[in-house]
Amino acid sequence: MALPRSLRRGGEFALQVSLTLLGLLAVTFFIGRVVPIDPVLAVVGDQAPRDVYEQAARELGLDRPLWVQFWIYVRKMAVGDFGTSLVTNRPVIEDIARVFPATLELATLATLIGVVLGVPMGIAAAVWQDRWPDQVVRVIGLVGYSVPIFWLGIMGLLVFYGILGWVSGPGRLGVVFEDIVPPITGVILIDSAIAREWEVFRNAVSHVVLPASVLGYFSIAYIARMTRSFMLDQLGQEYIVTARAKGVPEWRIVWVHALRNVSVPLVTVIALSYARLLEGAVLTETVFAWPGLGRYLTTALLAADMNAVLGGTLVVGAVFVGLNLFSDFLYRLLDPRAR
Amino acid sequence: MRGWRARLLSDTPASRRDAALGRLYRGWLAFRQNRLALLGLAIVLLLVAVAAFAPWIATHDPYEQNLPQRLLPPGSAGHWLGTDEFGRDIFSRIVYGARITLLIVVLVAAIAAPIGLVVGTAAGYLGGWVDSALMRITDVFLAFPSLILALAFVAALGPGIENAIIAIALTSWPPYARLARAETLTIRGSDYIAAARMQGAGTLRILLRHVMPLCVASVIVRVTLDMAGIILTAAGLGFLGLGAQPPAAEWGAMISAGRRYVLDQWWVATFPGIAIILVSLAFNLLGDGVRDVMDPRKR
Repeated sequence: MALPRSLRRGGEFALQVSLTLLGLLAVTFFIGRVVPIDPVLAVVGDQAPRDVYEQAARELGLDRPLWVQFWIYVRKMAVGDFGTSLVTNRPVIEDIARVFPATLELATLATLIGVVLGVPMGIAAAVWQDRWPDQVVRVIGLVGYSVPIFWLGIMGLLVFYGILGWVSGPGRLGVVFEDIVPPITGVILIDSAIAREWEVFRNAVSHVVLPASVLGYFSIAYIARMTRSFMLDQLGQEYIVTARAKGVPEWRIVWVHALRNVSVPLVTVIALSYARLLEGAVLTETVFAWPGLGRYLTTALLAADMNAVLGGTLVVGAVFVGLNLFSDFLYRLLDPRAR
Repeated sequence: MRGWRARLLSDTPASRRDAALGRLYRGWLAFRQNRLALLGLAIVLLLVAVAAFAPWIATHDPYEQNLPQRLLPPGSAGHWLGTDEFGRDIFSRIVYGARITLLIVVLVAAIAAPIGLVVGTAAGYLGGWVDSALMRITDVFLAFPSLILALAFVAALGPGIENAIIAIALTSWPPYARLARAETLTIRGSDYIAAARMQGAGTLRILLRHVMPLCVASVIVRVTLDMAGIILTAAGLGFLGLGAQPPAAEWGAMISAGRRYVLDQWWVATFPGIAIILVSLAFNLLGDGVRDVMDPRKR
């Protein structure tokens, strides 16, 4: 009695997801409980009184075998109990929920920049292969793989904030604009638009434009390069020759015939680039004092706040895995051959 | 001159060593055609030379503080890239920083590549549950962005350059494992492996003597391509204050220190950044060149 194929697929998929998540937990467990010389100290801080220390040691189950400790850890994580942050003295999960929208805002804008500029650039590079648009894309890509993102951010601040004064400095909002808009989504651009506070909106834009552009640059480099290679693949196919022979105008061949076939792998690339931005966000947020997940992580790191570090790492890992699965899913959805 | 060229390029090499050298020489001839790759190689060699001869190239002691001379602009007497917030000569610090950068790159490659090679070849050759288990672990490591995972490792190990190197190495082996596994799968069923097995060679011997040497080439290509990424990750850790600790002249940490003065004294943060860009650009160009020569699909 064979199960329906879709059901079996779904079962396999669920198994795969839960195994991966369990793996993520295993890695963070290993980092947090096995690597440090004294995991309790890593959790409660070195100024904790003796009874707090002992209670924490009992809760972690340090006197029990390692697999029991892991089981305790998994059960806690499953209900979102990431422990308490040493720095903020609040549950880590609440902290992350508070800072995550800021990172989301930054990464989304950067991806938008990457798509809007990167896709046409990649197409141009493929159409005029080895001519100057191609060289430009090549240089942008090479620079994107060679420039430290935090340095680019600092130089951006120096030029566009320090010298030209076109944008606002670090932070997410000017001091005078803080707490005017009630937080609804946590994304200031959306919240201020809802509240029709256009002054706040404009200030938020002038703060976000530089970090989003810096992050977006790396997105452009990646997306343009991938678009170029997908496009070159398609332009070499026989149906393109056929279309040319029929007398279809060149712009139509590129933008309608080829682009439709490019769009499928491109969607997955965009999802992946979104995931890669999480990494860049850690450094960018530090440079721009952007109160997101990245800066939360680095602040926690410097304070040796292990619960916050592991919670943040876990969330980033889960989002990373989620986006990868999502891009896989989109691929299957959009490409009938992959079904 | 003629003699050794003919010997290297001969279709019927006299010995195994001649054959291997001939292959290398032909690779070099192809590599030489790529101007950008040559430029990359030149910069990398320059980096090695600067690191080796740092005491002779540097104009000042990179650690000597001189507070009256702090934050001098580039071109000041004797300090042609200026001085930092403690009056230390920036040029000399960048020169000494080449040592740290080179140390990180070499050590990370020397730790991560063998781990990947062993895991990948073992998984590919043994198959079965060993393969599933090892590849599952590899996938989990790939599920984190590498900088984030390195951050978490450093958090557990404590900041410092040794721990940063360990953390980067622990996060960069999975791609090598995947690669080595794929290579192993293609040679596992070949006749010469069967021959070795028939002669009574044990699993370990086959893995070490007959499988691994064939995977080394592609892993080396991949490592060269990853060098720039390793440099950027190390600089990122240094920038966040988790890599090399002060007063070490590490380029990322120097940028981090210069960040506070960037609006008035731009040079403190700018020059170490240019050094990072030059070196990682060079490794990228070199890596592309090496790949074009060694990648059989591109031939």
